[in-house]
Amino acid sequence: MYFTKSEGSVADANTDVIQGTLDMLILKALSLEPLHGFGIGRRLEQLSGHVFKVNPGSLLTALTRLERYGWLESEWADTPNARRARFYRLTRAGRKQLREETTDWARRAGAIARILDAEG
Amino acid sequence: MSLRRQIVSGFRALVRSAAADRDVADEIEHYLAEATAAYRERGLSDHEARRAAQLDLGSRTAIRQEIRAVGWETGIESLLLDLRRAVRRLRRSPAFAAVTAATLALGIGASTSMFSVVRPVLLQSLPYPDADRLVTIADAGDAGGTPIDVTFGTFLEVVARSRSLQSAAVTRSWQPTLNGYGDAERLDGQSVSGDYFRVLGVGPAIGRDFSGADDRPGAPQVAIITDGLWRRRFGGDASVIGRTIRLDGAAVTIVGIMPRTFENVWSAQAQIWRPLGYDPSLPVQGREWGHHLQLIARVRSDSKLDTTSRELASIARTPAAPFSRPAWASLRGGFLINPLQDLVTARVKPALRSVTIGALLLLLIAAVNIVNLMLARGAERRTELATCAALGASRARLLTPLLGEALVLALVGGTLGVALAYMMVNALIAFEGFALPRLDAIRVDPAALAFAAALSTSIGIIAGCIPGLALSPGIEAPGPGPRVIAGHHRLRRGFVAAEVALAMVLLVGAGLLVRSVRQLMAVPPGFRPERVLTLQVQTAGREFRSPDTVRALFESVREAVRRVPGVASAALTSQLPLTGDGDIYGAGTKDDSALPPGADPSAYRYAISADYLATMGIALERGRTINEQDRSGGQPVALISASVARRRFPGRDPIGQQLRLGPADNWFTVVGVVSNVKQLSLAASSPDAVYVPEAQWRFVDRAMWVVIRTTVDPATIETAARQAIRGVNPNQPIVQVATMEQRVAASMARQRLVMGAFDTFAAVALLLATIGIYGVLAGGVIERTKEIAVRTAVGASRASIMGQVGRQAIAMAAIGIVVGGAVARAMSRSLVALLFEISPIDGLTYVGVAVLLLIAATVSAIVPAWRAARIEPALALRS
Repeated sequence: MYFTKSEGSVADANTDVIQGTLDMLILKALSLEPLHGFGIGRRLEQLSGHVFKVNPGSLLTALTRLERYGWLESEWADTPNARRARFYRLTRAGRKQLREETTDWARRAGAIARILDAEG
Repeated sequence: MSLRRQIVSGFRALVRSAAADRDVADEIEHYLAEATAAYRERGLSDHEARRAAQLDLGSRTAIRQEIRAVGWETGIESLLLDLRRAVRRLRRSPAFAAVTAATLALGIGASTSMFSVVRPVLLQSLPYPDADRLVTIADAGDAGGTPIDVTFGTFLEVVARSRSLQSAAVTRSWQPTLNGYGDAERLDGQSVSGDYFRVLGVGPAIGRDFSGADDRPGAPQVAIITDGLWRRRFGGDASVIGRTIRLDGAAVTIVGIMPRTFENVWSAQAQIWRPLGYDPSLPVQGREWGHHLQLIARVRSDSKLDTTSRELASIARTPAAPFSRPAWASLRGGFLINPLQDLVTARVKPALRSVTIGALLLLLIAAVNIVNLMLARGAERRTELATCAALGASRARLLTPLLGEALVLALVGGTLGVALAYMMVNALIAFEGFALPRLDAIRVDPAALAFAAALSTSIGIIAGCIPGLALSPGIEAPGPGPRVIAGHHRLRRGFVAAEVALAMVLLVGAGLLVRSVRQLMAVPPGFRPERVLTLQVQTAGREFRSPDTVRALFESVREAVRRVPGVASAALTSQLPLTGDGDIYGAGTKDDSALPPGADPSAYRYAISADYLATMGIALERGRTINEQDRSGGQPVALISASVARRRFPGRDPIGQQLRLGPADNWFTVVGVVSNVKQLSLAASSPDAVYVPEAQWRFVDRAMWVVIRTTVDPATIETAARQAIRGVNPNQPIVQVATMEQRVAASMARQRLVMGAFDTFAAVALLLATIGIYGVLAGGVIERTKEIAVRTAVGASRASIMGQVGRQAIAMAAIGIVVGGAVARAMSRSLVALLFEISPIDGLTYVGVAVLLLIAATVSAIVPAWRAARIEPALALRS
């Protein structure tokens, strides 16, 4: 699942998404409502409290890949400001995938937290 | 993630690649627009906002490529691009491309066609359920070892006494003439005992199988026909079941039609079957005790083939009541049991195996050739590739241009090869005298196409990768070191030596076959085949019930033919040399002590008319010939072959001696000795023959050969001869018309076919080996121009420069000859069955081929050596 290429060095204020989590974050963003590419990026920045900045190239590539996996569907529609955009929506398979990845992430994040606690 | 979805969307993307590209571009533009708008909202100017958004996004082309690379189809697209480029490059060197593709086409065509033939004939089991349990059983004869047809009595005894056979049947050939439903037509068919189709395990598709009641003497006549005959003569009308047709003038009811897919491998031409109807009470003088039936049986599933062999051997050894055996069917020699598959394939197996090996060798040499040519191309483009490498092209990316070229060549070669395979298979099927079994199953089918595709793709990949791998150590940086070049040259010389070795193997095979055929052609057949036309006239039906009518008809036919203009003489015989006839009777003398125990006492029996010897051109060595005065009722006389005279009457004058042929009381007085005649084939050596006057043979022969010696080209009188015979009786079929010269040629057909194939393969191999040697030498001279120039400058003579090039050529050839000679020696054993009076390790052939290859190597060295010698020493200074 973790195809995402290295998104470069970790910057201070605006950080790239943690390696390997972009797919899960996209699925999460889309679980709330269908969005277009830019909208997904903006939503992730907002939700992360502007900690994460999503690389557009990685985002668009990931969208294509997730659609190929069958986790997303897309269609062209008008945005509120009257531009034509490609809107992505979560499929049933995508929803299932999101649940699995969330569980997995929680397990691993917990483990990391325990390690760090122990050291602290 | 389903594989299906991957594949489907991948294909969709391939098909709609333009639309998909546009979608991606639109999406990126939209992203840019939204991002610009967002920056504007934060207070940037239009221009600044757009710039910031573009900076965020990075290179749009890069993103597009990255997105497009998500699916597997991109790999295909880049491959297609490589292939397109490869085609463009190959078009710049059309000669190279044409030669390589053509040789590959020949190799793939030959192997694919052999695959198409060998698979149904030798590899697949016969088209019957549990076909491996079907066996043929033959009487081994008194001497043992020579399979002869069984008698009905033997069949009944085997069926009654064997425990390990599930079922068994006997057959004999039957050629009825069909009257009505259009023109009279002679059909090929079989008389079979009732269980025949149950033994095979295939029953009629429409109607019913033969029952036990059908197979009794005097039962109402019934027949089963093939699907082909049903459609052709009866319009595929199912109501033909139960209908009465006329065969040889008698009423026969059709009871069944075999499935369209039914193959009668036993006798492939058979279109119609009838029950044998023999008398199970086995009258002693009846046909029931004649050796003329073929026995086929199905071994029980719980029994093994050798169990059956042992059981039948024990049955043969222990005669038991109530089964009586006459002297000529005593089963003293036991039985010969063979899988049915062997019977079907034994005849063609040696030829097919040899041609297949030849085709594979050719394929191998074509593959080595393409590898070698790709190596040369790689070497030519070394600088270009090194530059690409220096500019940062990945190693894989460097390999793809050569791989693309090799693949294009292989695919073109493969496509041409498949076309060639279609032609070759059709030619093989049509090739008279080869008589391939299972013709209906031989075709270039999907399996053969897959075989060809797999072959060409793997050859393309291998040929495309080897040069890249061999070169890549040197490509890493421009100007590869001398060690790499040297290694690369060793590799090429090795491949050329391999080509020479393969050519050696093929040339040895071709040489042995050519010499065999030449020896065969030198065999005296025992008759003079020039200007002799032969044909067979058959009699059947009510009007020929009485033997006298049959004899009268044949006599009138001979008279009528004799009067045809251009005919020198005409005669009749019951069997004709080189036709496949093999009518054998046991022969005896008053004192059989001359014959060593265990020796075969049988001889070919010819029932002949007067003039037969003169017409066939068979030499009379002693005594007199058979003439018009040797009539029925006169003293029975016979002519014997020189071999019979020597074997049966050693040290005695055979003239005037008594000779028995067949039945115990069937004695003849020998009146003449004639030269030995080849009956079965030119290669076979069983010349014992006895000739008796047709009028004095106690049974009537219902089919006779008419032999016509002409003063003109025999083919030109065929029509007149046919008309003359029809003038006597228009209803009797005239079959198997051919000149004796054609029959002599046909008897060598198999050797000739294999020889032709090997000649072609060997010629191509020789050509490729020569081109290969030339290529390596020429390339070497170009690459070593500087070195040669220096050597010339320091005083090396032109002769020594030329000598060096020549020595390289000889060295490559010598290695190839030694290796190839050893391989040929090991493989030539598989040719033995096709060779005639020549050893498979015939020294002359090996030496001759080696000399030929050395000459080829020398010839191919001439031009490179000349070029090397003309290199100016000044070149060394200039470069």
